[in-house]
Amino acid sequence: MKKVLSMLLVGALTASTLVGCGGSEPAPAAETPTAPEEKEEAPAEAPEETPDEAAEEAPAEGGTITVAAIETAYGSQMWTDVCAAFTEQTGINVELITDKNLEDVIGPSMQAGDYPDVIHLATGREKALTETFIKDQNIVDITDVLSMTVPGESVKVSDKIAGGFTETSLTNPYGDGKTYLAPMFYSPCGLFYNAGLFEEKGWEVPTTWDEMWALGDAAAADGIALFTYPTTGYFDAFFYALMYSVGGADFFDQATNYAEGVWDTEEAKTCFEIVSKLAGYTEKTTPAQANDQDFTKNQQLILDNKALFMPNGTWIVGEMAEAPRADGFQWGMTALPAVTAGGDGYSYTWFEQAWIPGGAENQDGAKQFVAFLYSDAACEIFAGAGAIQPVLNIAEKLEGDNQMFYSIYDKGAKAAMGNFAAYDSATVGVSNREVWFDPVNSLVSGNMTEQEWVDGIKAANDQMRANLIQ
Amino acid sequence: MKKRSGRNGFIFLCVAPAVILFVVFMIIPTLNVFRMSLFQRSAYSTKEDFVGLQNFIRLMSDTNFIRSMQNTILLIVVVTIVTFAFALVFAAILTREKIKGQNFLRIIFYIPNILSVVVISAIFSAIYDTNNGTLNSLLSLFSGKTVAVLWKGEDMVMISLIIAMVWQAIGYYMVMYMASMASVPQSLYESAGLDGAGRVTQFFQITLPLIWTNIRTTLTFFIISTINMAFLFVKAMTSGGPNGASEVALSYMYKQAYTNSSYGYGMAIGALVFIFSFGLSAVVNVVTKREPLEF
Repeated sequence: MKKVLSMLLVGALTASTLVGCGGSEPAPAAETPTAPEEKEEAPAEAPEETPDEAAEEAPAEGGTITVAAIETAYGSQMWTDVCAAFTEQTGINVELITDKNLEDVIGPSMQAGDYPDVIHLATGREKALTETFIKDQNIVDITDVLSMTVPGESVKVSDKIAGGFTETSLTNPYGDGKTYLAPMFYSPCGLFYNAGLFEEKGWEVPTTWDEMWALGDAAAADGIALFTYPTTGYFDAFFYALMYSVGGADFFDQATNYAEGVWDTEEAKTCFEIVSKLAGYTEKTTPAQANDQDFTKNQQLILDNKALFMPNGTWIVGEMAEAPRADGFQWGMTALPAVTAGGDGYSYTWFEQAWIPGGAENQDGAKQFVAFLYSDAACEIFAGAGAIQPVLNIAEKLEGDNQMFYSIYDKGAKAAMGNFAAYDSATVGVSNREVWFDPVNSLVSGNMTEQEWVDGIKAANDQMRANLIQ
Repeated sequence: MKKRSGRNGFIFLCVAPAVILFVVFMIIPTLNVFRMSLFQRSAYSTKEDFVGLQNFIRLMSDTNFIRSMQNTILLIVVVTIVTFAFALVFAAILTREKIKGQNFLRIIFYIPNILSVVVISAIFSAIYDTNNGTLNSLLSLFSGKTVAVLWKGEDMVMISLIIAMVWQAIGYYMVMYMASMASVPQSLYESAGLDGAGRVTQFFQITLPLIWTNIRTTLTFFIISTINMAFLFVKAMTSGGPNGASEVALSYMYKQAYTNSSYGYGMAIGALVFIFSFGLSAVVNVVTKREPLEF
């Protein structure tokens, strides 16, 4: 009897150890000690999951798809509402996963072969999940979605999306004329400043870099630095716009495809000179605060009138809404100055992406969902939370600061879009951010010369070109 | 005989759950790290190309990796020595001397250990702030002029990490040393005192040799925990910056495996760190081997 009891106990103990191995529920978010997320995200807090409440009540006549969407400063409610609207329209149920650390939630199950049907997650995040899928060529071609009719409407998706958005390397990463990532929530990026201070001092917003340097000298006399940046990650939008304004689309394409000798051209030299010179005008505490924990201190420099300009996106207004500020502070935003008088000033259009992973089981339903994201109903829900879809005529419906920001292209600034081309996992030890943008910290602190920076870029460029995904 | 085999069977069944867990969650993943370090692959793809030792060969000429290893070794050496010295001295004082509020001090020293690294990094963010930080304010007060040290700047960032890590670790090791010091018989100190040995002599001749076994154990802890904690501190405090100046081996591994999608390369770094920490612990163990003293 005793023996049987012992055996039972041991059996129960053994079985209990395996309990955690079962189940296919979305994995709980791993505890990450990282501080705030990149750019648009609010500071990282305890991760939470939002199972789709609406879907639970909806009929299951059209099957079920799983949608995983990053929760950013826009919040997660808009996703719940959009999923409910989609279910109502199509009868397809949606299981929604939203989280601030989405990669930690869906990553483990994807490593086990269980993929969501639609993932909304932008490039440029530290965990680079979207870039990994691009490099693996593990994303479904959604070119046919563009010719689909938006569910509930009579127009095609391609007729709704604003021009240029589905022709960039961010949506067509392989340059094969096919679209793999759907453009989502766009935001013009540029140089943000305190318009109130400019008015008070009687300064004009510079339209060329020469005017910029002159303003830098004038501001220095008042004890104000010309420039600061939150982290070096913000230099991507800055550098892309700079490349456009220096050499136009041709130079941008060559540079972002790591063309041989591109960094020895006059255009490249001009870009390097401008960034190096700007480093000399940068507020000196900036590099010490340019990390994920302290980046708001750099943003605060603008609010405190200690620096004039910083590269950023429209989300900055919400991000710093509670921060103290100088009297008469008023947000202003301008495109990057032109290189020569009369030249073009560029503003980079930053946008997020939604895509269907190669392992998605319900690809038809997923494509319908992607098409629905551009419907009037969805755009309205998103806009209510501050997320602006790249659809035609949306700027007319905006109010307040957003109207000013999104009308930047109406005021003469040209739009810059695209990014560095994808290379495969044979490229090791270097990444775009590490070779192009991080050294700006060292340029500002004087620990690196312009030549050392350029040499590092050239060496990495060779490796990336050799491993370019064709 | 039957009884004996039944007993063995019972022992086997009792041990089985732990062994299964250990094999499934420790041995197999560790072996997998070594296996994946021989492939070129990304984190979420089943596609992998065998590249042999190529990842390791490229690591040897990767200056960023070499710098991250240098930083890791610097942290192991400096954090260990400084924490060890402070913890030992504080433990000796709190155990041997009669001080008012002894228990209170013990708690105060231990508190940093129960705080999460994120909280600690927030505390040190306030301490290291260039314009309004505690440290620069204190330095300004004593020097009589405005001091603006960039504590998280390229030149000072490693020192800042060391200070935070030492501050966090002292309490833990102090409590460990206090526990073993408390078991040293009082009579030894009394007789040494009668022979004319002072406090310092007693510490080096009696306390230190008698807690040597404990010290050896903690040295291994120092190596392992510094490697792991350095990753957390770097992630929370500096993100490896500015420009990679505070990158450590594990944070560099993370960046390569995820941010740069070179999972195989990242696993090669993981394998090297594993071998390094194992080897270093073994060396420390051999070097510090002494005949155990009994009392």
